Amino acid sequence: MIDGIGAARVGFDGELIRIDHLVKTYLLGEVEVHALRGVSLGVSRGEFAAIMGASGSGKSTFMNIIGCLDKPTKGTYVLEKIDVSNLSRDELAHIRNEKIGFVFQGFNLLSRTSALENAELPLLYCSMSNAERKQRATEALELVGLGDRVHHYPNQLSGGQQQRVAIARALVNRPSIILADEPTGNLDSRTSVEVMGIFQELNEKGITVIVVTHEPDIAQFAKRHIVFRDGKIRSDKINPKPRVASEVLKELPAIDEEEEE
Amino acid sequence: MKMLNILLSAFRALRRNKMRSFLTMLGIIIGVAAVIAMLAIGQGAEYSVQQQIDALGTNVLIVFPGSQQQGGLRSGAGTMTTLTEEDAATIQRECPAVAFVSPGTRSGGQVIAGNLNWGTGIEGCGADYLEIRKWGVDYGEYFTESDVKAATKVCLLGKTVSDALFPESSPVGQNVRIRNVPFKVIGVLAKKGQNAMGQDQDDIILAPYTTVLRRLSHYPYLRYIVVSATSPTNINAAQSQVSELLRMRHKLSSYDPDDFTIRNQADLAAAANATTQILTILLASIASVSLLVGGIGIMNIMLVSVTERTREIGIRMSVGARGRDILTQFLIEALVLSLLGGIVGIALGVGGSTAISTFAKWPTIITVFSIILSFGFSIAIGIFFGFYPARKAAQLNPIDALRYE
Repeated sequence: MIDGIGAARVGFDGELIRIDHLVKTYLLGEVEVHALRGVSLGVSRGEFAAIMGASGSGKSTFMNIIGCLDKPTKGTYVLEKIDVSNLSRDELAHIRNEKIGFVFQGFNLLSRTSALENAELPLLYCSMSNAERKQRATEALELVGLGDRVHHYPNQLSGGQQQRVAIARALVNRPSIILADEPTGNLDSRTSVEVMGIFQELNEKGITVIVVTHEPDIAQFAKRHIVFRDGKIRSDKINPKPRVASEVLKELPAIDEEEEE
Repeated sequence: MKMLNILLSAFRALRRNKMRSFLTMLGIIIGVAAVIAMLAIGQGAEYSVQQQIDALGTNVLIVFPGSQQQGGLRSGAGTMTTLTEEDAATIQRECPAVAFVSPGTRSGGQVIAGNLNWGTGIEGCGADYLEIRKWGVDYGEYFTESDVKAATKVCLLGKTVSDALFPESSPVGQNVRIRNVPFKVIGVLAKKGQNAMGQDQDDIILAPYTTVLRRLSHYPYLRYIVVSATSPTNINAAQSQVSELLRMRHKLSSYDPDDFTIRNQADLAAAANATTQILTILLASIASVSLLVGGIGIMNIMLVSVTERTREIGIRMSVGARGRDILTQFLIEALVLSLLGGIVGIALGVGGSTAISTFAKWPTIITVFSIILSFGFSIAIGIFFGFYPARKAAQLNPIDALRYE
């Protein structure tokens, strides 16, 4: 399908993302801001990576480019053998629709819209029958443990539940990669662990997850740590012993989630 | 994105701000209702003018004498003394396309009945005059050919004159004095109302033309001859036959201009219709201004809506909506607003027009054309005024839109 838009297929099998000498320069008035100063990186299928760094380190810009929301100034970005560095707006929208699932810090759900309708949103932008769309969205909600809240509105859900709806929405298109930008930033510590637990479960099912976070605790759940500073990768290490969310939860004092509602 | 889904989400978005959506629609509702009501009133006026002209008889020709010319001075139509009773008789005899002929003359003056008096016009006419004018008699009867031949002093009163002179009793059989000549009233004419120019057609007395010529005006020539063609389609044939006959009778060579003028009511009808059409267009254009204002209201609200929903646009873009998906979504919302407004407006316009004709007794005609026109107009306005906000939404940068607070 993507062949139709003429993107070149490059890279080797098993590698999901190949980034070479990525440079991003913004022009703020007359001042040039060098957000990324030459970043090279590869991500394989099934990885669970955390991107860390202080604000201004370039990690958000990097995230936007990986998420096909933004284009690099220089360098190449190959996603699933497709060079997406120079695609048009519409082509990028298509890639986002097919290959990328976003989870944001502020959940970014449509208000006054049910969990089901929020979850099925990406499917509205590809051709699919109404029945199949409902089916897929319900499945995704069940996968994140919200099978019984399908018709709830965001304002009837707790923060953790809202973030799960957002994760269901990210999952519904069966994307190649889930990108989460500070997914636990608005959540309390227990709910944060729960959300990271969902990412871990998804990762175990073979889904590639990249989480951007500035909290070292949260990054501990990932298998790989990539640290940004001043627009460059400062370190890129395998996490030898990732924390397991289900175990951490057992140690945490129990909070009755119903009380939050 | 499928059309049905877009429509559903447009309805949902509009339902979220019911009051605002309604007020926005109100602009279109009023505009469309105004256009329909104005067109209905205009066309009603056109119709009633047409009716009145038809009542005059579209198969009617009026022959006037030509204008008198002395040296360089031309005195205006009807000043020549060329039409005679004999002309009228010959037209009746020799023109096959002519059905009836009524010679006419005119006088006027104070009419006295008992202790009341009234100043009015006296029309002298032939026995077939009412036939030509499609006019009837309410009480009594019309004078006959023998009255015309004998120049008897009989007359018929128009409704207005009858009411003025005989407010309480029936005038039939009574005497009136017209400029001191006594006339016997033999009938009262049916009420005719105003003509297209607002003249009271019932403020009149009809008498045999011979009587008027000999007793009142003492003037041997006719002021006009009213001729009816056998049918409205024969009017041109009748006109040329009359014209030819009169030229012959007046011994005009082929170089001489006509010494008479023939006016037909078709010209008058066309002129009156043109006037009311202009009125209709004027009314409709004033009403369309309010439709335009309604459109601007839509644009305004859509712009607000785009700003308010910037984050929603960002979310939709991040999950794969293309610019054109966003464009369609907002365009459809604007279109739904203007379409719903249009439908309600049509209902209101039709209802309002009916109310006007029922309560104000003003004739209104609602045509399918006016409904289609205003409906089409409201669609066009939705697209036109919805496009700019929709394009603005579609061109948003997804990153900025997502961060918008």
